[in-house]
Amino acid sequence: MFPNRAAVEGVGDAMELAEVKGRSLWADARTRFFRNRAAVVSLIMLLLLAGFTLFGGVFAEYENDFVDFSLIGSNAYKGVPSVETGHYFGTDSNGRDLFARTVQGTGISLMVGVVGSLVAVIVGTLYGATAGYYGGRVDGLMMRTVDVLMSIPFMFVLILMLVIFGRSIFMLFLGIGLISWLDMARIARGQTLTIKNKEFVEVAVATGVHPVKIILRHIVPNLLGIVIVYATLLVPNMIIFESFISFLGLGVQEPATSLGALINEGSRTMQFGYYWQISYPLFFFVVTIFAFFFVGDGLRDALDPKDR
Amino acid sequence: MSLLEIEDLRVTFTTADGDVNAVNGLSLNIDKGETLAIVGESGSGKSQTAFAAMGLLAKNGRATGQAWFDGQDLLAMNTHQLNKIRSKDMAMIFQDPMTSLNPYLRVSDQMAEVLMLHQGLSKSAAVTEAVRMLDAVRIPDARARITMFPHEFSGGMRQRIMIAMSLLCQPRLLIADEPTTALDVTVQAQIMQLLGDIRQEFGTAIILITHDLGIVAGFCDRTLVMYGGQIMEEGPTNDIFSDPSHPYTSGLLQAVPRLDKETAELATIAGEPPDMSRLPAGCPFSPRCAQVLDNCTAERPSLEVTPDRRRACHLPVQEVA
Amino acid sequence: MLSFVARRLAVAIPTLLILVVLSFILMYSAPGGPFNSERPLPPEVLANIRAKYGLDQPFWKQIINYVVGVVTQFDFGPSFQYKDRTVNDVIAQGFPVTLTYGFWSFVVAVTTGVSLGVAAAIKQNSWLDYLAVGISIGAQVLPNFVMAPILLLVFTLWLGWLPGGGWEGGQWNYLIMPVIALSTSYMASIARITRSSMLEVLNTNFIRTAQAKGLPMRRVIWRHAMKPTILPVLSYLGPAFVGMITGSVIIDVFFSTGGIGQFFVNSAFNRDYSVIMGITILVGTLTILFNLVVDILYAWIDPKIRY
Repeated sequence: MFPNRAAVEGVGDAMELAEVKGRSLWADARTRFFRNRAAVVSLIMLLLLAGFTLFGGVFAEYENDFVDFSLIGSNAYKGVPSVETGHYFGTDSNGRDLFARTVQGTGISLMVGVVGSLVAVIVGTLYGATAGYYGGRVDGLMMRTVDVLMSIPFMFVLILMLVIFGRSIFMLFLGIGLISWLDMARIARGQTLTIKNKEFVEVAVATGVHPVKIILRHIVPNLLGIVIVYATLLVPNMIIFESFISFLGLGVQEPATSLGALINEGSRTMQFGYYWQISYPLFFFVVTIFAFFFVGDGLRDALDPKDR
Repeated sequence: MSLLEIEDLRVTFTTADGDVNAVNGLSLNIDKGETLAIVGESGSGKSQTAFAAMGLLAKNGRATGQAWFDGQDLLAMNTHQLNKIRSKDMAMIFQDPMTSLNPYLRVSDQMAEVLMLHQGLSKSAAVTEAVRMLDAVRIPDARARITMFPHEFSGGMRQRIMIAMSLLCQPRLLIADEPTTALDVTVQAQIMQLLGDIRQEFGTAIILITHDLGIVAGFCDRTLVMYGGQIMEEGPTNDIFSDPSHPYTSGLLQAVPRLDKETAELATIAGEPPDMSRLPAGCPFSPRCAQVLDNCTAERPSLEVTPDRRRACHLPVQEVA
Repeated sequence: MLSFVARRLAVAIPTLLILVVLSFILMYSAPGGPFNSERPLPPEVLANIRAKYGLDQPFWKQIINYVVGVVTQFDFGPSFQYKDRTVNDVIAQGFPVTLTYGFWSFVVAVTTGVSLGVAAAIKQNSWLDYLAVGISIGAQVLPNFVMAPILLLVFTLWLGWLPGGGWEGGQWNYLIMPVIALSTSYMASIARITRSSMLEVLNTNFIRTAQAKGLPMRRVIWRHAMKPTILPVLSYLGPAFVGMITGSVIIDVFFSTGGIGQFFVNSAFNRDYSVIMGITILVGTLTILFNLVVDILYAWIDPKIRY
């Protein structure tokens, strides 16, 4: 469910190498990234998707929770996608405009993905950098905790929590955030172990800089490359995660919606031939996930130019 | 007839940044039981020459020219045909003993499979033979230690295991690619001693690839100096050392630290090794040569051949410093 | 070896205890749960719970009762919803189903994933490689909840070849879609990991040594390259296992297979806390045991790991 750790760790090594060679890593990486056609196309797709969620609502002729009662009971022929009725993507089984709902669903999915992975990456990086910097007992205890948390089936605990404390986007974020920082913490710790032996850190320690400041000013900036790559690859996984929960009907609550919830609704009606109800959300889901994966892969290859 | 004869060998690697020409028209030969040193800086193409002969070039590399081993053209062979020669007639030991043995297999398994493959021995017979060979390279308590994993041995011991493994089928030619570079100085001497003994005992021809002139003297019959994938000069080791006929060789010799001479400062060769994807049109050494002539940069010197020496330099022999 | 297993168990057992205690605390503090009287329960159910947990006793005694029951007798207590069923009954009914298609999904994902990855790496830049890479990229966007409707659409609604749901004792035609839906994305990940791992191994010095020994390519791959190639795959199996067991919830909901996932979701909507807890603990135990097996396998393959 999460990006493969080994695949990301190479970025750290590559950055070290570039530093030795004394070249500008970021400039090189930018050149390499823009040479990668799939990544560039995906980046453009992501910009288009962002535009779609921000401005799509302007073009929608209906509110996303407006029920078009004139269509109830005759969805099969009146609810089909059409420019004439203003339902560009048709209507859902409750007679609501699917275009407006897709705009909102894509937006919520993107937001969950981006915010979720930001939270995960920030928590994970700080936790891992702290464990790696202090080392010894502190490190042992902190990483053992990560090991223990990792072997708990969190989806089940999350569902338990959603049931007990009620369903809300906040619970969803909390639940997702609880799980996803673990891998990032491990990666950050591993890289910190090598960084903390560098001269610039030793100098900082010798001149009595406060450990918190060393971690924030000297270690975290050097983790940036790996963090960016991991965060980008984490976004689609977050979206899949949220869609999973919403697919079960435990995620976002009506009238709000997400791509997972829309796919769920669509999959229930496709047997009646309402294929548009699943195909539009599915299309946006697939494009979003693909785009993030390719951009993430492109970033990784740009920062870690190793033949794979 | 020579045991190995290489004619006009070229090795090219295709990379994203263009072609890299690692070896440019190299010729050499070695007779049965002879020892030849190939000397050069890292990146001079000496290792790639050996890999080309063994058919072990990286996937993006290709070799052209000819390489005759005992009358068979190695470059024309497919992998299946090469496998019948590899290790059986022509074996190779590598620079880094720490990574050259498979860390996931016991030493006994790694050694035995060579004999089982090439000589059809049973597993137990092959292990017995392998123990004998480990004894021969002076690994103490070989019978007990052969079932250990590589990481349980020191670097010097692993190189001994590599040597033992390469000698199992008593090959006629052994290519030793920087066999001592990764080892401590005392261990280096032991390994060189061992290789010398092997030559005596088995009559194996040895190609010693090294950047370290110190280990060549007293070990090799002949020495070939390479730079930028080309021959600079070649000849009997003693002659090369006493009377270098190429500015590069004399530069290398002056860079060797010596105990018997009082020198205030160790001489170095100015400049950096060449970029193999953009070699100069003339002599590859010309940008760094202290005695460079006008036509050196424009025209590649041809190989002058005398009965026991070869050299490629525009500068007359007697003027080489 | 024994002490290695013992040390792993020393981590695993507290993990399980934490999971059990955590679940209980969550349930205890649940608003509208059985431990506060906001929601009226049927009198028989309430009597069951009273007898089981001793609601009049203090919190710490209740928790000890529950934990002891779980640990010593695998007794998860009575259901909060059905008066005549215990959590153990529910698990006994659903777990064999989940185990059956879960096992097959796992086997399919690992075998096809590894073979595809190895084949792609050996024939790098051939059509086979491009196919494998294409499949593994494509399958990334096909998690089980996307695969399931697509399969249903194609094989049931259009082609009419396979039944759209049910279990019927696990006959193959009922098994096939759940297995494909559950295994595809993991198969793809395993293929991707195997491929890049094999490519990396094939570039190592010891593979060059093996080639210099004159070993045929087949032997180089199987004997020298396979073990190090499989190690990253092995470390992925833990997360894959968790992902699959989580995905079984979707499978059960979508194909009405009647595994524990179905009970889990039903209980989630009906606030049948004891069933949710029981299944969570069961899944946690399985995960921890599975990780233990993976760790042991890893240590067995990699001689550098000291027990």
